[in-house]
Amino acid sequence: MAERVFVYVDHYQGEEVGASWEALTAARMIGESLKSEVTALVIGDGVRSLAEAAIQHGAKDAILRESPELKEFRPEPYADVVSQVLKEAGAAVLVLPTTGRTRELAALVGVDLETGVVTDAIAVEMDGEAVVVTRPIYAGKLLSKEVCREKRPQILLVRTRAFERPEPDAGRSGTIEVGVAALEAAATEIVGYKAAEGGVSLTDAAVIVSGGRGVSNNSRLTPPAEITDEKEQEVWRAQQGFELIRQLAEALGAAVGASRAAVDAGYVPYAYQVGQTGKVVSPDLYIACGISGAIQHLAGMRTSKTIVAINRDAEAPIFKLARFGVVGDLYDVVPALTSALKERLGK
Amino acid sequence: MNIVVCVKQTPDTAAAVAVENGKVTWGDAPLVLNPWDEFAVEQALRTKEAHGGTVTAISLGPDGAREALKQALAMGCDSAVLLQDTAFDGADTLVVAKALASAICKMESVDLVFFGRTSVDSDTGLTPAQAARYLTWPSLTLVAAVLGLDPSAKTIEVERMLEEGRQIVRSPLPAVVSVVKEIGEPRYPSFMGIRKASKAEIPTWSAADIGLTGPTAALTWPAVEAPPKVESRCEMITGDTPEAIAAALADRLVEEKVL
Repeated sequence: MAERVFVYVDHYQGEEVGASWEALTAARMIGESLKSEVTALVIGDGVRSLAEAAIQHGAKDAILRESPELKEFRPEPYADVVSQVLKEAGAAVLVLPTTGRTRELAALVGVDLETGVVTDAIAVEMDGEAVVVTRPIYAGKLLSKEVCREKRPQILLVRTRAFERPEPDAGRSGTIEVGVAALEAAATEIVGYKAAEGGVSLTDAAVIVSGGRGVSNNSRLTPPAEITDEKEQEVWRAQQGFELIRQLAEALGAAVGASRAAVDAGYVPYAYQVGQTGKVVSPDLYIACGISGAIQHLAGMRTSKTIVAINRDAEAPIFKLARFGVVGDLYDVVPALTSALKERLGK
Repeated sequence: MNIVVCVKQTPDTAAAVAVENGKVTWGDAPLVLNPWDEFAVEQALRTKEAHGGTVTAISLGPDGAREALKQALAMGCDSAVLLQDTAFDGADTLVVAKALASAICKMESVDLVFFGRTSVDSDTGLTPAQAARYLTWPSLTLVAAVLGLDPSAKTIEVERMLEEGRQIVRSPLPAVVSVVKEIGEPRYPSFMGIRKASKAEIPTWSAADIGLTGPTAALTWPAVEAPPKVESRCEMITGDTPEAIAAALADRLVEEKVL
């Protein structure tokens, strides 16, 4: 049993994170080489259904550790449990999906077990019993191969949308091993939550519509008289433009993104930023509106499957990366595209 | 408050990085203080301004890392330390986190350690949490706002930015905090600050100085390469009216099964 492969099932307050099943795909690929089936590791309180879901998605069996202390995710007690289980099982590999939680969790477990943690895996290949991971560095400007040869388990976080997400098979069943989590009281206390800014999550999105500095570039729009400050007028114009982007996104079930220039200019909050100092995304379709394509932005979205660029400047670097380009005013093209796509998608 | 801020030197984000003879190069592009760390320095300085104390910047790296430390000093940090040793060659996040934690232990009675959320070069985002684990202090990552800090009760309350929303966490001090951009715009160094930084003596601590004997990395990097070149194959969509352009584009997206 020395070569057991584990997948960690991430959840937000008991709600499954679908990228966990993508991590399961990577774990099964590795498991095939190591002649090991994959065990799902599920931790929380009242999360047995996630262990069942993991088996339905392709895990052979599951280890479930529940405790009221584990109701809220806190990295320290979760890491205590994960480290303990992996140590007892003599785990060879642990694969996790990538979220803010799992990155922190994997970091702590790496320290506990004195082993290497590789983040943002986009491909895996085997070299004997070692998993050689390909991951982007410099926000995707380069690809690095990384490997943990001696220490076990090998811990890797896979980037969302880099591996297939399997369909569940309700007919599958497997053993769920329930155990007691030995826990020390955590030092931190979760006081509460505030809801997200809304809309589709950028890193998860299959389609993203993004706006840049060019979104404010419309002199035909007259701001209300009470806005006299030039900067505020610019932001007001940008907000009208982002409303058009939001409508296109809504028609496509897409997430809304933005370039750093648009965020820095105060058009939209930072949570929207795509790029080297924002979110790195990899959707099926990325529609860039009024984004010229600074290298930092391109680094954050270059792995998108299909890129559409709409820009007034035919020389904008974004067109070099785009599959389809429109030289034109986004204020004209975006609303027209929204209606055209609604029609074709039968909405 | 004894405050520490951990920083790294990285190539500028506008740099065109490439691979030459298996090594990463960035041409003439300047090396800068990792952009995320600027926010950490800013928050460290604001904490000092509100509660008193000192801010020490630490970096692990080659001689060039002194420049990142000087930038932190110019912004207003009180002192800086460079961790440098051949034992750190080929360091992974485990080695870096262990060295930073050991240096922080050596400083004694540190209350709060700030990090940027990640570095723009290797971009793992692991080091803050790993340093916290070595220190056995709470790890508070992805912090967008410090809601409260009570130096006498030794508690901190922060707002963390998760994918699903904001989480508010209360923690005892000492603690390790990694910050995101929303924490607030970093200040520019003042003229006086730049002068002070240019004259500053930055001590170097070796692995032995911080009580480490040959920490070994778990990870190796067998190869680094440029991503496959994307041939420019942009198909320009044209038309007489925005509606005609939109219709043609929509048709192509459907034909190519993008939608």
